[in-house]
Amino acid sequence: MIISRSLTGLLATIVLFGAQPLSAETAEEKGRAIAEEVDRRDLGWGDSQTSMTMTLTNKQGDSSERSLRLTSLETTAAGLGDKSLTIFDSPRDVEGTAFLSHTKILEQDDQWLFLPALKRVKRISSANKSGPFVGSEFAYEDLLSQEVDKYDYKYLEDKECAGELNCFVIERYPRYENSGYTKTIVWIDMDEYRPMKIEFYDRRDSLLKTLTLSSYEKYLDQYWRAHRQEMVNHQSGKATVLEFQPYEFQVGLDDGDFVSSKLKRVR
Amino acid sequence: MRCRLPPLALIGILTNTGADAGEWNTQFSIAPELRVFPVSTDRTNEDTLSPSITLSGEFYYDTDRGDDRFVISPLLRLDADDDNRTLVDLTEAHWLRFGDGWDFLAGMNKVFWGVTESVHLVDIINQSDFAADIDGEDKLGQPMLNGTFYGDWGTLGIFAMTGFRERVFPDEDARLSAPLPLRESASEYDSGAERLAPEFAIRYSQFFGEIDLGISHFYGTSREPRLIPTLRPSGIELVPRYDTINQTGLDVQLTRDATLYKLEAISRFGHGDWFAAFVGGFEHTLYQIFESDADLGLLAEYQFDDRDDTAPITVADNDLFLGTRLTLNDVQDTALLAGTVIDTVNGSTRAIIEVERRIGDDWKAELESRLFFIANDDDPTQTLRDDDLITLRLTRYF
Repeated sequence: MIISRSLTGLLATIVLFGAQPLSAETAEEKGRAIAEEVDRRDLGWGDSQTSMTMTLTNKQGDSSERSLRLTSLETTAAGLGDKSLTIFDSPRDVEGTAFLSHTKILEQDDQWLFLPALKRVKRISSANKSGPFVGSEFAYEDLLSQEVDKYDYKYLEDKECAGELNCFVIERYPRYENSGYTKTIVWIDMDEYRPMKIEFYDRRDSLLKTLTLSSYEKYLDQYWRAHRQEMVNHQSGKATVLEFQPYEFQVGLDDGDFVSSKLKRVR
Repeated sequence: MRCRLPPLALIGILTNTGADAGEWNTQFSIAPELRVFPVSTDRTNEDTLSPSITLSGEFYYDTDRGDDRFVISPLLRLDADDDNRTLVDLTEAHWLRFGDGWDFLAGMNKVFWGVTESVHLVDIINQSDFAADIDGEDKLGQPMLNGTFYGDWGTLGIFAMTGFRERVFPDEDARLSAPLPLRESASEYDSGAERLAPEFAIRYSQFFGEIDLGISHFYGTSREPRLIPTLRPSGIELVPRYDTINQTGLDVQLTRDATLYKLEAISRFGHGDWFAAFVGGFEHTLYQIFESDADLGLLAEYQFDDRDDTAPITVADNDLFLGTRLTLNDVQDTALLAGTVIDTVNGSTRAIIEVERRIGDDWKAELESRLFFIANDDDPTQTLRDDDLITLRLTRYF
């Protein structure tokens, strides 16, 4: 019964697409399908908040720390990405500085900065995708929401990853403007569709950075979040580690909590 | 410094929430400063090195339910040479209630409106402290009741104020002072209620895609006084006169790719003749110049003001600001701003250079320089020709 149904399907495929075999999914289609599955499994989280420490280390091993609070709102409307609010708690001289971002898939994001000393809200350009975020090895584009349609994809291979897991390895090519990368190579674990490692290739197509995501925790029985992210810059020898506190999900935030005129009330 | 401290007894009484385990947050900084005036003058005060120290803090308490917040931000500055630079102020001391789609604030607060960099025409709520810095960006706290309403349609802020603060100028025998003695104690007002005159303001703001827009109106005592030369027993002195004004303001920014286009415009009645003023220009940023992490911003703004001599004097009447901002995007957040304002009529030029860099995690070093190149004795800044200034400031944050 099962066999005959498959045979009917195969026959139908041959009729529709000529003599091509069933496995004709291209590497591009397979790569995108994997990214879509990653996205599908992370749908519906609503809103979240957490805090993190960012540790910057240079080639000589000197390090400095920043602490930030992150608030995020999932947006499902077409063409739009998520909204996020980042508040600095340290270093002390930038304490209270807040960064609001309304991400979009391919258009320019809307971004505002609140400067607490002057009580001033500034709309800022979001063209700076590839610049370093507060002196770290993370570029702005590494931290903004990773929407499916921001990239073209290509599946490369299956490979062992993170010790005992099996991963899909796919290439992503940024479709948005001003990216600092020609491509990124992403390792996604086959069981849970979590990104485990990302390699970033610079504009000359040479390996620039590697991001390793670990200490994954599952929330609301569905949503995985990496509590440690380590970015190593192979060209400069510098590294940045993000360590996240536990997330709180569905705390009741809405669009009204992510408007620029409320930045002056952010503490 | 975000830290959990037991709520102060006072706040506990105010909020009547003895069992409420809210959160106190404290920030505190100490900033010794040295102002260097390289050119000696024949004015009363010959000091070329002028030290001061500023202590400032922000203390706030959020109730556990998050409905109320109490904020106190005191400032204390002690200056060795300029009595008017010695100041105690509460830039913020208020209660804030958060509602659904609105909030309400009662007390002292600091509010900024506007988009441009070289002059702030629309910004009018707080009084400027010109003794602290002649750029006028240091502000005094303003007592107010402020309701703000938020919606899909934008944001509407309504302000009712009283308790006017007089403008702070450098002391008459200090550097950067006016050419004649200022007699603040003899200040005159349009309003019989003087500093207790009621004031109102309203501001609507919204963003439409690439455009951020603000429209505002202010009725009350002008933050800018006219300085009236008056014959007094001690000779000719300048007496500040504070007129009651109506000022309508517009601020717009268009943000397109790496360029910000900015415009501020005001219309003001109340001094003598009606006048209008605007400042407009752009800021374009070149990201990651020379394949480094550094960004280079290029700024240009044109300042126009058609006020006549029945209004307070302004330097920003027909001037061009050109500036550049270099941010290294390094771990220490090193940044440099250099700019010049050129009077397009008489050629007089003011230049500013500001450099800042964090040291370690808790210190910041700043260098600021203001230079005056006076081309014409009619220029309002001509009395500052020998007051070129370099300020060194080291701030320790706690």
